[in-house]
Amino acid sequence: MMETLTTWWGWVPQLAAGLWVSTQLLFWCLLFGLPAGLVLALTSSSAMRAVRWSSIVLVEIGRGAPALVVLQMVYFGLPTVGLTFAPFLSGAIALSLTTAAYTSEILRAGLQSVPYGEVEAAMALGMRRRDTLRYVVIPQGIMVAIPALLGFAVLMFQVTSLAFTIAIPELLSRAYRIGASNFRYLDVLTAAGVFYLAVILPFGWLVSHIEQRMSRHLTK
Amino acid sequence: MTETLQTLLTGVPWTIAVTSLAFAIGAVLGIPLVLMRRSKSFLLRLLSRTVIDVLRGIPPIVWLFILFFGIGTSAVELNPFEASVIGLGLVSAAYLAEIYRSGFLAVHFGQAEAATALGMSKPDALALILAPQVMRVAIPPATTYLISLLKDSAVASTIGVSDISFRAFQHAQSSGGGLTPFMLAAVLYILLSIPVVWLSRSVDARLRKRVSR
Repeated sequence: MMETLTTWWGWVPQLAAGLWVSTQLLFWCLLFGLPAGLVLALTSSSAMRAVRWSSIVLVEIGRGAPALVVLQMVYFGLPTVGLTFAPFLSGAIALSLTTAAYTSEILRAGLQSVPYGEVEAAMALGMRRRDTLRYVVIPQGIMVAIPALLGFAVLMFQVTSLAFTIAIPELLSRAYRIGASNFRYLDVLTAAGVFYLAVILPFGWLVSHIEQRMSRHLTK
Repeated sequence: MTETLQTLLTGVPWTIAVTSLAFAIGAVLGIPLVLMRRSKSFLLRLLSRTVIDVLRGIPPIVWLFILFFGIGTSAVELNPFEASVIGLGLVSAAYLAEIYRSGFLAVHFGQAEAATALGMSKPDALALILAPQVMRVAIPPATTYLISLLKDSAVASTIGVSDISFRAFQHAQSSGGGLTPFMLAAVLYILLSIPVVWLSRSVDARLRKRVSR
């Protein structure tokens, strides 16, 4: 027992370094994916047919294709058409696309929940369409979408584990590499699982707490 | 292009097999989990909640690795297909248990009360009154989950199940790459999910009328 614990302890620095890489990956894909998602949410209800349909197609492909396939497409597929990115950048690009597609639907639902009367009121006040969006619709829509977006971010943290397949040294890759060197796969992979749990469970609880707080006015 | 498509199509049965078997395991194992989750005993509730949280809190690919590289090479021999079906089946059980639970919450509590008032035993009330309605309410979210499971089944390719994404990767490696195999794989996954959506819409429309909320 003591021996197992000391071995586990010896893996902690490596696994923690992997966890940090996973977190960075999540950070970048949210940083690029969320604004892109907002743009897609707006363009997918655009009045121009070409803009609307191309963004709907983009969203449907981004949500319909497995994240694994998108990752491999960016890392293994794009170099053949002359676009080569380092593993981490490929991962960030691929997961940003997935994030944009999913969050655009979440944000669209948020934007649609803003009562149309508010838009009419803004028009009646003589606000331009752009200003109506910026000062009236988007701030309220985003507030509504926040719990769902946070839930998505927690889910996305799990998805970063797929980056294993394109040689990004994140948590799962490090665990696998340790396992390959000493054949104690079960121990080290379980340790990696514990690391994921240690991040995902507290954040999951936090998200459901925020969700409850923000919907208090609905239940009473 | 046609050659690529032919290669990818050989992966379709594997993707369908992994997805449907895992979903079936999840649909069955989700039942004891949700019953424990709603039990009067604190210990059973705690146990079920812990199991659900642990199953959902670890990424599916990590479960597959634990099963395939961890357990499958020592205690029992598991081939990639078995490991994928069991791993994704366990994860599905946790997600489906939560879907069933929200189904229980959606059925009006008067239904359970009425069953008790008529002198039905608890198991009878559950089997004859509640479960049929819960299942009807659970169909749309369960279908949504089935579609996301279809996409998650792609992780089976990482331990060597020759499904669609495995074939895409393999073909890209052997034929000098290109975007085509991956694009086609994405299209195949989307095409596979369309019949599921249709089926669920028609079933849901028929069953929805027969639920008391």
